[in-house]
Amino acid sequence: MLTTRRVDAYHALTVVAPGIAERFRPGHFITVAVGGPASSTLARRAFSVHDVKPDYGGTVEFVFTVRGPGTAWLAERKARDTLDMVGPLGRPFPLPRDPVHCVLVGAEYGSAPLFGLADLLQRRGCRVDFVLGAASADRVFGALRARRMGETTTLTTEDGSLGVRGRVTDVLPSVIADTRADVVYACGPLSTLRGVAAVAIEFDIPIQVAVEQTMVCGFGVCGSCVLPVIGEDGVTRMVRACVDGPVFRGERVRFEDIGTIPFDALGAPGAPGGRAHEPGGQTGNRHVS
Amino acid sequence: MSVDMRTYLAHVELANPITTAAGCAGSGRELAQFFDLNRLGAVITRSITLTPRSGRPTPRIAETPSGLLNAVGLQGPGIDAFLDRELPWLAERGVTTIVSIAGGSVSEYGTLARRLASAAGVTAVEVNLSCPNVEDRGRIFARDPAAAAEVIAAVRASSRYDVPVIAKLAPDVADVVAVARACVDGGADALSMINTPLGMAIDVDAMRPALAAGTGGLSGPAIRPLAVRCLWQVHAALPGVPIIGMGGVMTGRDALELILAGACVVAVGTAIFNDPYACLRILRELEDLLHKRGFERLADAVGLAHRPPGSGPRGRIDLEESSL
Repeated sequence: MLTTRRVDAYHALTVVAPGIAERFRPGHFITVAVGGPASSTLARRAFSVHDVKPDYGGTVEFVFTVRGPGTAWLAERKARDTLDMVGPLGRPFPLPRDPVHCVLVGAEYGSAPLFGLADLLQRRGCRVDFVLGAASADRVFGALRARRMGETTTLTTEDGSLGVRGRVTDVLPSVIADTRADVVYACGPLSTLRGVAAVAIEFDIPIQVAVEQTMVCGFGVCGSCVLPVIGEDGVTRMVRACVDGPVFRGERVRFEDIGTIPFDALGAPGAPGGRAHEPGGQTGNRHVS
Repeated sequence: MSVDMRTYLAHVELANPITTAAGCAGSGRELAQFFDLNRLGAVITRSITLTPRSGRPTPRIAETPSGLLNAVGLQGPGIDAFLDRELPWLAERGVTTIVSIAGGSVSEYGTLARRLASAAGVTAVEVNLSCPNVEDRGRIFARDPAAAAEVIAAVRASSRYDVPVIAKLAPDVADVVAVARACVDGGADALSMINTPLGMAIDVDAMRPALAAGTGGLSGPAIRPLAVRCLWQVHAALPGVPIIGMGGVMTGRDALELILAGACVVAVGTAIFNDPYACLRILRELEDLLHKRGFERLADAVGLAHRPPGSGPRGRIDLEESSL
């Protein structure tokens, strides 16, 4: 690990990880084991990558906020500590073939992976506009960098301490209209993504969302990060955010059904193709392992 | 001088005793991006069901002290897709594959075993008995010796004679030895223990159960003493029956503990979530530990903790010399 710094309300760790930096594409994420070798916290923590730099053979920076014992442990790490990191994981953002207008929407520190994406888009001749928002000014991540990189940058805070008072979804329609956006990329909490996807669908433009789901393994074996997503064939499946995502087409994600198994999902209790006699809801206290 | 790590599940030889635990290695492909699966003794698949299953709603996993609580709900593609895509992928690569099966009735288990009997690349069948029996008010098969034996007999009857049938037992039963004995009498060639005991956690901030399903199976180092106890009791009662031990193995030392209690194969589960390379690391550590203790064969350590008190630590007896 190279450096650790505070960025407003957040922590940012930079780690020397040439193997990860070399294969990284915007949208990829990494996982970190927390608590040391004899840790009692077994779930890995997943983070999107904020920055990848070529220094020291390749460094990776990720941003987080202390939310529990794992992130508290991470916040205490110091320069030259070692970190058990796996990556790059997941599927990166798909990029447009043509130089189009892109609006990049980030809520809270969900904006972290957008800057690498913006850089890549601009190198392909795309126009990039930012919409960043959070509860308060110190929780808007990367506002300065967005102002430097974006054609325009619109900031929102719920308490009005920076930019427009409100949420990113409040200003997004006018930004899309003003910039004549062709595509929207969004990262942040699920509630925000749901709203952003709804706006993009209304404008009938493509929307790519990078979802934040709690993960345990990060590479597809634990089954903890599933969400209902409609496939190419129109069938809803419980797909893993870690290997099938974290980037999805916004209109394919059934945001309102997250946390449930939609009755029409493949293999849902009682669904066609599922088992008719398999008890669903009434076995809530029963265990199948 | 390296240690002979070969081990046997009934008549089937495994190159080494480390396998993945059921439901902890996805379809195999996810783990294969980190290392060659042929370096494992075997891969135990997730529990395959007759039809596709979407599993449980989220949150499905909660972190507890030294453990994970899970209610994934056997999400999987069903036997057709498994035979179509997942098993051939493993078979093409020559991976020793133990297929775990789960059903809601005795006949479902039998059907699954019959489907597997005509497929190529099945080294053994592990029967997940921790499923509710829909024909008996949802009682868990593994909690009832007679029901467990009935399932095992159905699977044994539908399986190829040269494919061992392994009964996977639950630890939260009144008498694990009684269930083990019933399964062996029902035709099980080997046993596998322990499945996750039922647990629960409540999110005190939300003041609701931490898992959408309420309860879930507990895994990780938190349950290792439970695994050692079950292995100890069952190996003492049925010393001739090969046992796959699992339950919170994070290191080679943990694996050795299960082996000394009576396991001849050790499955790694939760550790994989924490470290994708866990299986290989545990295998290396185990081999080192055995070597340091003077073992030439893994088989010599199986159940060794059962030796009578006073017999001292195992000496380095050179059999060839002492037989002169």
